[in-house]
Amino acid sequence: MADLTTDFLGIRSPNPFWLASAPPTDKEYNVRRAFEAGWGGVVWKTLGAEGPPVVNVNGPRYGVIHGADRRVLGINNIELITDRPLEVNLEEMARVKADYPDRALIASIMVPCEEEAWKAILPRVAETNADGIELNFGCPHGMAERGMGSAVGQVPEYIEMVTRWCKQYYDRPVIVKLTPNITDIRGPARAARNGGADAVSLINTINSITSVDLDAMAPQPTIDGKGTHGGYCGPAVKPIAMNMVAEIARDAQTRGLPISGIGGITTWRDAAEFMALGCGNVQVCTAAMTYGFRVVQEMISGLSQWMDEKGYRSTSDFVGMAVPNVTDWQYLNLNYVTKARIDQDKCISCGRCYAACEDTSHQAIAMSPERVFTVKDDECVACNLCVDVCPVEDCITMEELAAGTVDPRTGRIVPAEYGNWTTHPNNPAAVAAE
Amino acid sequence: MSSPYAPGIVPGRLPPETLAENFLDLHPPLDPHEAHVAADRCYFCHDAPCVTACPTGIDIPLFIRQIATGTPEAAARTIFESNILGGMCARVCPTEELCEEVCVREVAEGRPVEIGRLQRHATDTMMARQGHPFERAPATGKRIAVVGAGPAGLSCAHRLAMKGHDVTLYEAKPKPGGLNEYGIAAYKSTEDFAAREAEWIMGIGGIELVTGRALGQGLDLEALRHEYDAVFLGVGLGGVNALTAEGGDKGGVVDAVRFIEELRQAPDRGTLPVGRNVVVIGGGMTAVDAAIQSRLLGADNVTIAYRRSRERMAASRYEQDLAASKGVRLMFNVQPKAVHGNGAAQEIELEITEERDGALTGTGETIRLPADHVMRAIGQTLVTDAGLELAGGKISVDRSLRTSLSKVWAGGDCASGGDDLTVTAVAQGRDAAEDIHRMLMG
Repeated sequence: MADLTTDFLGIRSPNPFWLASAPPTDKEYNVRRAFEAGWGGVVWKTLGAEGPPVVNVNGPRYGVIHGADRRVLGINNIELITDRPLEVNLEEMARVKADYPDRALIASIMVPCEEEAWKAILPRVAETNADGIELNFGCPHGMAERGMGSAVGQVPEYIEMVTRWCKQYYDRPVIVKLTPNITDIRGPARAARNGGADAVSLINTINSITSVDLDAMAPQPTIDGKGTHGGYCGPAVKPIAMNMVAEIARDAQTRGLPISGIGGITTWRDAAEFMALGCGNVQVCTAAMTYGFRVVQEMISGLSQWMDEKGYRSTSDFVGMAVPNVTDWQYLNLNYVTKARIDQDKCISCGRCYAACEDTSHQAIAMSPERVFTVKDDECVACNLCVDVCPVEDCITMEELAAGTVDPRTGRIVPAEYGNWTTHPNNPAAVAAE
Repeated sequence: MSSPYAPGIVPGRLPPETLAENFLDLHPPLDPHEAHVAADRCYFCHDAPCVTACPTGIDIPLFIRQIATGTPEAAARTIFESNILGGMCARVCPTEELCEEVCVREVAEGRPVEIGRLQRHATDTMMARQGHPFERAPATGKRIAVVGAGPAGLSCAHRLAMKGHDVTLYEAKPKPGGLNEYGIAAYKSTEDFAAREAEWIMGIGGIELVTGRALGQGLDLEALRHEYDAVFLGVGLGGVNALTAEGGDKGGVVDAVRFIEELRQAPDRGTLPVGRNVVVIGGGMTAVDAAIQSRLLGADNVTIAYRRSRERMAASRYEQDLAASKGVRLMFNVQPKAVHGNGAAQEIELEITEERDGALTGTGETIRLPADHVMRAIGQTLVTDAGLELAGGKISVDRSLRTSLSKVWAGGDCASGGDDLTVTAVAQGRDAAEDIHRMLMG
């Protein structure tokens, strides 16, 4: 069986599956259960400064998007950082770390953007023997109104400044958790690196209103007739998270900066995808909140089986392997021509490909009176929509036209050589091929 | 209180609580969550095969999507626009041979979208929550006689009333509904659904129900043609084919349709007599309904004896399996040769048959089964032709449901060309109404 042991910033954990800083990691009780269930590490629920703890709403704090059969696709939350006293959390962290020395334990921290505040809390966190800290520059609700969380994460200068303080007053790894509520994730990531961060973790939750109660005419979750935007997470945010991870992994200024991937990871495959895009490990929250801690067992067995099948001996063998294949649109090969192919043996004649193509695409699928669906190569632009809407896996596939053959749509011979937009004759800024 | 083993045809074979349980809804309705999950399985096919397979052409993908988005009332409206008896059809349609048979998920996985149960969810929801969903068009002053208040007649009357015509709906029996009320298994129409549905349909207004009248019983087709602007005949098949076997007139030999009718109308099923050894002759839905209900009343042995092979049986495989699951024995390729007994039936003698090139012949080899209650379910016949041209023993109609007489339309089981399904009768009643409307209004 493949070895899932992960070394992330020198922090070893028996597997790459950590629980993200979130409601599931707020207390010793939960974290012990998580470790017993097999989680490789835990990022403790975000600690605030000494003094009276924050208070949470006493009405509902989660909203949800359901798929079929009430499958949870996304959750949003308006819960703040830990509402328990700092001292209690620190004592619990110390006890848990002592009892589980082989697991990663990270302290998430969010205190005001003042050097004194960070200088005060960091030594106390160090005393717990936690393996590192994660700076919560991400929460988009509540705390952001007080100048913390995403309010910091949206200002690269603040990120760099606070990161620098942490590196100055704390001698273990510093992970900077980034907010996706920005226009270009590379700015915050570069700032973190410039401040000396050992790693970034992303994404934190996305600002959202999940639903509106049409009777109360208020967003949900609704607190006494009012609602507020909350942080969105779960499977629905995974594509957004993966793009941001990939942008950082391939950016010239942040390339090589370790990444802890977060955002809708629900299965081993999700984790493998994040890791292929450059994440040294992953953090999970919504899947645990939906199914309980034992989902990690599927993640462990699944990743292990896949690694065995692929011949990867350790996770570092495949981390980042997909990064070189993430490129800009302008470098995509315009001479790569494909056509949709419908496997008539697999086709169940639902006609969804036809409806999608006829109504919303290129009228490239023909339907016979006997409900046989075929692709018109002279119309097919290979958009892939038919593949996407077909309910039968692998029934419709994209077949590459061999170089030298004629594309019936354009009447042109498919070139053998690579050719992209930068050299295309239609591009006013084209660079003449030398 | 008798028992399943008591000899002869006797009532009270089962205790009341067992009887009540036996005649519960065959398929309990889907609750809203179940409906949501079931609806989500629909692929919303383009030019969907299920719609093509539905005799009334209900827009099935649309109504299922309306259920999936939490608007079962809108779904019901979609159904009722095509089929005003959508509630009953959801209960009695052989969906396994219609919409669900061609569902692409049946083709792909052997498990279709549960169209019938979803239709029931939608129609039940609307019928429980609000009154009649349609309004009548302005009055046309036209008067139409609809003879027979079964599925065809109700459907026709409703569509005519909706178009603004005034309808007199004649019915031979005391209650409307036709076979829905008198002829189908009780577990398919629980809680008096057939009667409630008929009343709900007539809730549109403009339909005057006159019971106790039939062609030849107070009604004369010529007089109706003169009195009304148009006449629709949905009189069904009131006659029953006789059993030609020797001893077919012995005590205990009955018509399955009468047995079912009595069962449907009985206020207390504990008073219904049924044999210890029941043999039902036939292979259609009536045979299956009679056989299963005999078992449910407590008959010890129930056999369906069908003269041809299983594949030829009119009752669907689903219905055959349902019968088997209730403990009914299905015998194929046997035909009745004689009923034996001293006055009352005691045994039935069945001759084994074979089919060669479609022709059925007896082999001469016979089997005897104990049989104190023999039910004929070998087809029904038209009671009167009322002077109309016939085709295949039924009233001859063209594609517009017009008969050989001007101003007279016909549909349902009495009309030629149909397949004796409730849903087909509904479609014909509706289509006849549309044709009548076009003809009257030019």
